[in-house]
Amino acid sequence: MTPTATASDSEPRTDPDPLVVGGREFRSRLLVGTGKYASNEEMVAAIRASGAECVTVSVRRVDLDRTRDEAILHHLDPDEYFLLPNTAGCYTADEAVRYARLGRATGFTDFVKLEVIGDQETLLPDPQATIEAARVLADEGFKVMAYTNDDLVTALRLEDAGCAAVMPLASPIGSGLGVVNPHFIRQIKRRLAVPVIVDAGVGTASDACYAMEQGVDGVLLNSAIAGADDPVRMARAMRLAVEAGRAAWRAGRMPVRGVAVPSSPDHGMLD
Amino acid sequence: MSQSIRIQLNGTEREITPAVSVRELIVSLDLEPELIVVERNRSILRREQYADVTVEEGDVIELVHFVGGG
Repeated sequence: MTPTATASDSEPRTDPDPLVVGGREFRSRLLVGTGKYASNEEMVAAIRASGAECVTVSVRRVDLDRTRDEAILHHLDPDEYFLLPNTAGCYTADEAVRYARLGRATGFTDFVKLEVIGDQETLLPDPQATIEAARVLADEGFKVMAYTNDDLVTALRLEDAGCAAVMPLASPIGSGLGVVNPHFIRQIKRRLAVPVIVDAGVGTASDACYAMEQGVDGVLLNSAIAGADDPVRMARAMRLAVEAGRAAWRAGRMPVRGVAVPSSPDHGMLD
Repeated sequence: MSQSIRIQLNGTEREITPAVSVRELIVSLDLEPELIVVERNRSILRREQYADVTVEEGDVIELVHFVGGG
């Protein structure tokens, strides 16, 4: 009899293939953000549906007027989810280092999603400042997961700086344009020893699947789920897409041919 | 002695009673010290220090926490 278990529940047990970053194992290769949701309830439901373990959070001033309950720890259980503080919104290395230290001081983690923006309009990263901040933070013992562009040389420098993972963008943050340069993503993956996680620009499930099919170790996204009409449904689609893309990459795709090759036997045809 | 001191709290000038600890300040704002990180004059305080460090005139204090983000 053929086993009839689904990929999502049978594969992890029979064929373990976890994402490992900085010595820590994650139960999902999908990492998700917690921003831009219409409500905290929707955010929690979507994150649950995504199957992600690693969720990014931002460090911000407490709203002393308390117009709404922004404290993520009131909504997400840090025993259930791995909270990854980011340095989003930082434009200099010093600023990013400051935010990273504040994130670590919460006492939950020494991981940081390093992000130093170089241009306000495109939100493209500042490679030089990112490398500089990565070096400082890695020396301080941080496990740095660095958001970067899809440039191989920058990725290599970030690895040299001591990053635990390098996270090239698929396309600009929040754009939903998908993987604009799969060749560069494959090149980065081929040359780096540390995990490569595609971060930013994924718009829909096929983008996430396609990113994983390039052989990368994971995908990090936020807007694609939070900005969908039905975030919970899209979160589930992303979970399946990342699993499918990973499985397809491990399976090794068939070669692309310029001509048709029949799938049915050409013998045994009737006269 | 003055009845109040002036501090810069999360970017806003505030007058508070003198001789309060950082912990007392947090609690007086109805916040949970375990969920807050405090930066005082650009140095991060360890949570164990909250009760021992007194807020001084002119202190620049930032109270931060985790919020949703990508």
